[in-house]
Amino acid sequence: MLPDAGIPEGPIADKWDSHKFNVNLVNPANKRKFKVLIVGTGLAGASAAATMAELGYDVEVFTFHDSPRRAHSIAAQGGINAAKNYRNDGDSVYRLFYDTVKGGDYRSREANVYRLAEVSVNIIDQMTAQGVPFAREYGGLLDNRSFGGAQVSRTFYARGQTGQQLLIGAYQQMMRQVGLGKIKLHTRMEMLDLVVKDGSAQGIVCRNLTTGDVTSHSGHAVVLATGGYSNVFYLSTNAMASNVTAAWRAHRKGAYFANPCYTQIHPTCIPVSDDFQSKLTLMSESLRNDGRIWVPRDRDDNRLPQNIPEPERYYYLEEKYPAFGNLVPRDVASRNAKTVVDQGYGVGPAKNGVYLDFADVIQRDGRDVVEEKYGNLLQMYERITGEDPYEMPMRIYPAVHYTMGGLWVDYNLMTTIPGCYAAGEANFSDHGANRLGASALMQGLSDGYFVLPTTISNYLADKLGTQPLSTDDEVFQKAERDVVDRVQEFLSIGGTKSPEYFHRELGKLVWEYIGMARNENGLEKAISEIRALRDEFWKDLRVLGTKDTLNSSIEKAGRVSDFFELAELMARDALTREESCGGHFREESQTEEGEALRQDDSFAHVSAWEWHDMDTPQTEHREALEFEYVKLTQRSYK
Amino acid sequence: MSNTLNLTLQVWRQPSTNAAGTFETYQAHNISDDASFLEMLDIVNERLIEDGKIPIEFPHDCREGICGTCGVMINGRAHGHEKGTATCQLHMRKFNDGDTIVIEPWRAAAFPVVRDLVVDRSPLDRIIEVGGFITAPTGTAQDANQQPIPKEVADSAMDAAACIGCGACVAACPNSAAQLFTSAKVWHLNSLPQGQAERYKRAESMVETMEEFFGSCTNHGECSEACPKEISLDFIAYMNKDYIKSKVKNRRMSSQI
Repeated sequence: MLPDAGIPEGPIADKWDSHKFNVNLVNPANKRKFKVLIVGTGLAGASAAATMAELGYDVEVFTFHDSPRRAHSIAAQGGINAAKNYRNDGDSVYRLFYDTVKGGDYRSREANVYRLAEVSVNIIDQMTAQGVPFAREYGGLLDNRSFGGAQVSRTFYARGQTGQQLLIGAYQQMMRQVGLGKIKLHTRMEMLDLVVKDGSAQGIVCRNLTTGDVTSHSGHAVVLATGGYSNVFYLSTNAMASNVTAAWRAHRKGAYFANPCYTQIHPTCIPVSDDFQSKLTLMSESLRNDGRIWVPRDRDDNRLPQNIPEPERYYYLEEKYPAFGNLVPRDVASRNAKTVVDQGYGVGPAKNGVYLDFADVIQRDGRDVVEEKYGNLLQMYERITGEDPYEMPMRIYPAVHYTMGGLWVDYNLMTTIPGCYAAGEANFSDHGANRLGASALMQGLSDGYFVLPTTISNYLADKLGTQPLSTDDEVFQKAERDVVDRVQEFLSIGGTKSPEYFHRELGKLVWEYIGMARNENGLEKAISEIRALRDEFWKDLRVLGTKDTLNSSIEKAGRVSDFFELAELMARDALTREESCGGHFREESQTEEGEALRQDDSFAHVSAWEWHDMDTPQTEHREALEFEYVKLTQRSYK
Repeated sequence: MSNTLNLTLQVWRQPSTNAAGTFETYQAHNISDDASFLEMLDIVNERLIEDGKIPIEFPHDCREGICGTCGVMINGRAHGHEKGTATCQLHMRKFNDGDTIVIEPWRAAAFPVVRDLVVDRSPLDRIIEVGGFITAPTGTAQDANQQPIPKEVADSAMDAAACIGCGACVAACPNSAAQLFTSAKVWHLNSLPQGQAERYKRAESMVETMEEFFGSCTNHGECSEACPKEISLDFIAYMNKDYIKSKVKNRRMSSQI
């Protein structure tokens, strides 16, 4: 049974306020009696840790990085949305809420999204107070840019490094608490199990990546702020170490995993160049503000792009979607790129990209203006491809970038395991089937700064006077033994192929069958092929070296083994959802024009999957989505 | 179209912090010049694993030049010879067929080797935790546009804030000094109106913590030269100015004389 999501009663604009009044509180003097373990130091983890420590909780933080400043939130480029209406262009909390639900293709909870839009304005205030150097105009006030899926300008940014500046802001706020002794920081510690007793979370088991030591940590509550699972595709824009292990281990201990098939393909990445490629690089969506996307009308046009005259260029987004043009949401832009490339219009040596052209804006505003706005992105492109984007259009193609699915959480961000919370990309809650640009940073900080620190007391209040479970308890001891055995097993298989090999092969299957377009046959094939590859992994894996020093092969093997199990669930979820919505495109369900066709009568729900054991497939539980405020329509960006 | 390179690598191998290290030589054949430097190491590692040899540990994560995890000495230069480029963004087209490439970890007493090319840079976090922040607990902020900040000031703060904390400045410095890293953070925060309340306390505590771990600056300028974000040496001068002033302006001192 899926627990009640606990959405507060009342008009949508009052729900969060009334909920804040109704949650159980812990008095300031008692907060230090509660230990909260936070796993992950990205935007959600760092902001939650800083805020809870400021409130007085006893906080311990865990990251597998060498420093908490490295989390992958740092790579977000374009910006962060907030309903400030500083442009006076008709923006409001309600409009941001509406755009986000619509952009998510009506597969998110209204109440959660409204809360996100509501606190978005506080995030900008908070980060500015932290000293985040947002872009400003000459008058000294904050600048905004536009982003896909919105017709107002509400995106705040810090050059092309918004994620870096926000993450460093949250990191600094957290480090202040470390310096004050309010937070105990554990670096190079990877969470490898969640410990549950009597139905509630008691703590975690970690492996020290430098020494190999396996240790237990116990607390009154556990927060997983461990990011998304895009790396199940092997090639994605995520950092190399980003993985699903913490969330997956919680899933195996009873946390339901929601909507795993909702994965986002970002439209503007640098196309794959060769087999050795280890990751894909994103070019911020903000480039679509000024760049124009096109392919030659003649499939065999071999001229340099700058020599192809205007009438012979196919600006397919501008032609098909006159209202939004190049600023259609990500899923629409990505699918259209795939369509033209599949039809043979692709450009570049492998004919696997489309052009993103800055010639018009450079002519209109001058090179200096373009350099000021996008300089670091264009420079990054030049480094990777060896081509100068000021002279020649960039080549781009979609790549996996973000995962909307994640651990199921209620309105308090608690998973189905009492005492275990999920925040940021690790949960499923706010983006439905597709995330709008500049909304990931907003959600991570919303969860960490404003939601969790408020809602967690509702659970903790009852625990006053209790001590965290002793790590000598048998549940901790068993979890430790399981982790040690698993590491030992990787080392003792003694096969012939590296973890990297299996990851790459798995990624090819996931991209082929659970990528931008999915169908029943493909998904069934995916399940059987993923299983076969997983069997091979457990028979033929080669991990060299020892377990008592830094050994990235051990780390990788553990992460890949969890990706296998996740990939299978993604396929099953995609198979069950016989509709297209947002990032999930089932070929069987499309309009005559080839757009995603939702089936609201049958699929306006969240699918939350319950783990049983390795031999029994997960069971699906459904949470119906009710829409009181937003009118469900076929999305149209024409 | 891409070409392939045949390279000889001399790589520092060290099993753990306290074990002795040594250079090992590896042949890296048929490397596409479209590969990044780290992808070249990936290929070498896959071949080592095939041969039953323990792969080289090297630091890396985002591979797009922003997380600051990566960084090795390449032919004696931090992040290699291409200016303003982190190791992960260095591509093999910048090398020639037949080259010998010497790859070492960051060299600094404050950064002990963890294994092979991976070092421990945690002293940089210690500098941040004593003052690299603006005290603004969640919930206390005013509306963001209440306080206009001249564009030039915001831009200059952003120039400093672009630091990725990779530690190349320390590795490149003959004295293993961390002035560029520290001053980038000091100036980011001290130049902004929001940072004024703690300005001198920040300069003092960050500089003094830095000096517990790192060497002293003698204005060689190697740090800025090696910096993948091309952070300006000017920030060191600004930091020194604030540090000197802190000794008279710090109100903590005023009643103790």
